[in-house]
Amino acid sequence: MEKSQISLTINDIPVTVEEGSTILDAAHKINLHIPTLCYHPDLKVAGNCRVCVVELKGNKELVTACSTAVTEGMVIFTNSSKVRTARKTIVELLLSEHNADCTKCYRNGNCELQWLASEYRIGDHVYHDLVRAEDRLADSSSFSIIKDDSRCVRCQRCVRTCSDLQDVGTFAVVKKGKKQKVSTFFGKPIKDVFCIDCGQCTSRCPTAALIEKPLFEDVWDAISEPEKHVVISTTPSVRVAIGEELGFEYNKHSDSKIIAALKLLGFDAVVDSGFFADIYIVELCTEFMLKMKQANEDAGNKVLPFVTSCSPAWKKFVKTKLPQVGRLLSSSKSSRQIFGTLIKTYYADQNALDPKDIITVTVTPCTAAKIETTNSRPPEGLTDVDFSITTRELARMIRQSGIDIERLEPADYEPLMSTHSGASVLTEASGGTTEAVIRTLTELVTGNELNPDMLKNMALRGENGIKETVIKFSEVKYGWEFLKDKEIRFAVINGSGHAAEFFNRFSDGENPYHFVEVMVCHGGCIGGGGQPIPVSFELIKARASILYSLDELSMVKKAHENDYLNRIYREFLSKEENKEALRMP
Amino acid sequence: MPEIKSLIQEYAVLHGTARNNLLPLLQEIVRQENYLSEDSLLEVAKTLNLSPADVYGTASFYNYLETVPRGKYVIRLCRNISCMMQSQAEILSTVSSLLKIKVGETTSDKNFTLLQVNCLGWCYKAPAMMINNEVFTELTPQKVIQIIKEYKEK
Amino acid sequence: MESPNQKRIDLIFSNYTSSKYKVLERTLQRPPDELISELMDSGLKGRGNVGFPTGMKWKFARREDAGTKYVICNANESETGTFKDREILELVPRKVLSGMAICGYCIGSKKGIIYLRHEYSYLKEHLQNEISIFQEFVKQFNHDFTIEIFSGSGSYVSGEESSLIESIEGFRAEPRNKPPFPVIKGLYGCPTVVNNVETFATAQVIFRIGAEEFLKLGTSYSSGSKLFSISGDTKNPGIHELELGTTIEDVVKEFGDKNIKSVQVGGASGYCIPQKLFAETVIGYEGLTTGGSMIFFNNSRSMYKVLHEYLRFFAEESCGLCTPCRVGTQQLLLGIEAVKRGEMPVGYIDVLKKLALSMKISSKCGLGQSVANPFISILDNFKEEILY
Repeated sequence: MEKSQISLTINDIPVTVEEGSTILDAAHKINLHIPTLCYHPDLKVAGNCRVCVVELKGNKELVTACSTAVTEGMVIFTNSSKVRTARKTIVELLLSEHNADCTKCYRNGNCELQWLASEYRIGDHVYHDLVRAEDRLADSSSFSIIKDDSRCVRCQRCVRTCSDLQDVGTFAVVKKGKKQKVSTFFGKPIKDVFCIDCGQCTSRCPTAALIEKPLFEDVWDAISEPEKHVVISTTPSVRVAIGEELGFEYNKHSDSKIIAALKLLGFDAVVDSGFFADIYIVELCTEFMLKMKQANEDAGNKVLPFVTSCSPAWKKFVKTKLPQVGRLLSSSKSSRQIFGTLIKTYYADQNALDPKDIITVTVTPCTAAKIETTNSRPPEGLTDVDFSITTRELARMIRQSGIDIERLEPADYEPLMSTHSGASVLTEASGGTTEAVIRTLTELVTGNELNPDMLKNMALRGENGIKETVIKFSEVKYGWEFLKDKEIRFAVINGSGHAAEFFNRFSDGENPYHFVEVMVCHGGCIGGGGQPIPVSFELIKARASILYSLDELSMVKKAHENDYLNRIYREFLSKEENKEALRMP
Repeated sequence: MPEIKSLIQEYAVLHGTARNNLLPLLQEIVRQENYLSEDSLLEVAKTLNLSPADVYGTASFYNYLETVPRGKYVIRLCRNISCMMQSQAEILSTVSSLLKIKVGETTSDKNFTLLQVNCLGWCYKAPAMMINNEVFTELTPQKVIQIIKEYKEK
Repeated sequence: MESPNQKRIDLIFSNYTSSKYKVLERTLQRPPDELISELMDSGLKGRGNVGFPTGMKWKFARREDAGTKYVICNANESETGTFKDREILELVPRKVLSGMAICGYCIGSKKGIIYLRHEYSYLKEHLQNEISIFQEFVKQFNHDFTIEIFSGSGSYVSGEESSLIESIEGFRAEPRNKPPFPVIKGLYGCPTVVNNVETFATAQVIFRIGAEEFLKLGTSYSSGSKLFSISGDTKNPGIHELELGTTIEDVVKEFGDKNIKSVQVGGASGYCIPQKLFAETVIGYEGLTTGGSMIFFNNSRSMYKVLHEYLRFFAEESCGLCTPCRVGTQQLLLGIEAVKRGEMPVGYIDVLKKLALSMKISSKCGLGQSVANPFISILDNFKEEILY
């Protein structure tokens, strides 16, 4: 049914919008900015902070632009003296319950409250300081995030993100009145409650109430130790998005300039994460193929669907919320862990380095990667990845060092492991891992070259929470006859908010899918909790489209055709213990 | 705890697990145990398929859904203006010294908790108090001593 | 107009209702549109703290095209100094149940809920019995309307209609974004009429005596009579039914002790009327909040203590959702304390006044919007007591 058009005026400017739009939508249409705080495009409208109040003719109270639907003939004023006074008062009130020591704050320079205070020329504090003593002690119990209640503006974006988007529910608003705050179950530290470390809350928090646990100082320390050989890997999501923090638009030279920047920062070696992602795709694909064989041989043994588990956040989610899925998870290490393992073994070997002197650092769009560094059982008791920092942290390091990225001469990755396929880039977008696996799977099962038509599976791309596709092989190699003309069903879960919905549809053992890719973050890793702030689904979609074009431009499209990868499989991974090291302990 | 667990399960079987059962269920638990323990809220969360934080956040909003342990008899003195004007302070100090506890505290035998609450709706017979669900009005220090004595004998 | 001393009004508590629900029976024979018309003609306005025209509310709910609709009786009476709803439920619950059933009939609802505040739990059994009897009669009249009791868990703000609905749905009692209003989208998204206990009882009275009779009392803007919970420095505390339009002066004359310097009308969220304005202020909807609480203060009372107590109440009972109310109530409380102690200059009071006015126009619900009422009325009329 077609929606009718509504005409109204804002500051005497006429504007027409679709029925159901809010005043904020209408203002957006005429490029008029109304400040907001609790509003976020990815989340349900709240209408709590009251920062976006505007004057509605005929109403004695001001109304919130974010939550008020437009009606025909509405007359709105966004900048009357009533509005300005109210808005300034609200910002002053927010500051009175805020630890406004910006100079010491992690979000100094990129904080929405700070911006509001500066725009509304807040001077000396008018009101009493309401920050409670106990709130000044931040909760740093988690490995991935820090919660600082003294900086909370009670916008509840974190509550909505964690409950509605991620379906985790770590946070809730507790108590009321002057005791009201955003807290956890009985106010316990985060490490004692269910949290999957995805960090989506940190990328939507307008202030420093929730931030990632910064580890970049440790990385600086490692770099400045002369005996340590520090090896760094950045994922495509990091490189595609980091320009948002550093003020440049990603282009065809960006990757090589970022490599140059990393070398200037003092890293001893910069490696191509895509290489390890290719190994991950190959490992994942072969594991999947074995599972399919198993399922075929023993119908009673319900080993399918095969479910990806490269995210430690997803593993945590499964353990608490979907325990029945635990046995279906892949046992392959994530590409980051594969990086760490191979650097401390193969790379150390090839470069005659003592693994104990190697420090591995990954830069990820993710905060959950930080918790991987505390689990391990690699050769000789070393951790795979020593430090994991977010895109935001790397941007800070580059800014601190005064590097102007655009001006740098391009540089190259470490030659040993410096090739990657387009498929490896795809894995960073939701549905991409599945596309990558299908590419390799097709060639391994059929023995034929992949049909170019299969290089773009639109059903697996896009915004939907649950996506799916079906593949059929009409020709198969010897040993794979059971797959001939069989429908192989792939599902993609785009954001942990859709996981329970999907898996609980089927009782144990009745799930008709063969392969399920799960990405905890909407959009995939490219939408991770460690990416530049601000974030929105729209922005994630734009970033993802760059990944798709990188895949299109790549010479090698399939993971298993990666030259260096084949060499490493022949030379190194042919040994059983080396291959074992690529599995989770 | 096992009794509360079965209470919660039974409630769910009888009334279902939709969200609108949350407050009545929490009230039922408070009736049994005088407060909402961590364990009971975890069980409620599991049974109604809600996050524990959500359940705690909802419970902690309401004045009578206690999330800290309370005594068998919770004495709630109204502290609003009409009761204030009728010497509520005197009643408070009488109870406080009789039971040797301050506002918010529970006696060591876990029998009595002393709290101050907002308007109970008996302003014309102030000062007023509730002990659990029973209402007492037109209090005097002597009267309140007598009432508590009777509760002690129960 | 006769002074209240001479006219004894007893519409609510008089026991005209036969024990057989006769008023309900005959009202159910009339067409709903006629009933709503009569209610609108009677000028009945909500007897809680908001005072919205009742007939209009029922009309809006009736207009909505929906399968399920709800009638909710707001028995969350938590406004300071208000205790009339408790007495109504205790003494004449049948009028309330009738009122609810008639409302259900008018708007097309089969389900009624009484949101009974936790502090009135002792009434639950009594009400359950009355409801059982009620259901029997309703069955006899071939009318489909069930009523159940939902127990509150203790919160002042649950008295706000959208917060009340949130509470029934199992959430924190936080107000919703409005519009849409509950009559359009209320409980579980269905059209819902939320009315105060006294409103339903008065509606039943109007259908018994007729709108014309009801209009003989009160003023053109505030028709009829209303219950007032009277306490404080009064020789006759209790619930008294008074004609709307009566001056405060007359009320004080009849009920106040000697030397009454102010009357707080409408509880903590109401207005403080100083003695000099007694003669020109009438009780009614013309500018005063209407919960029907009246607290008398004599010369010995400290208006600072009164204001302080109200602000403490709001700072505690605020749901905490919106910035102006959550933070503003705390700032007003700390503010007056600081001025009193001499920590802040006297001029700071003007800052607080501006804050209260900002809260009035930017808060999400009536709680935050009403704090300015006692704050400014007490401040303006008793400045010396607040400052020094």
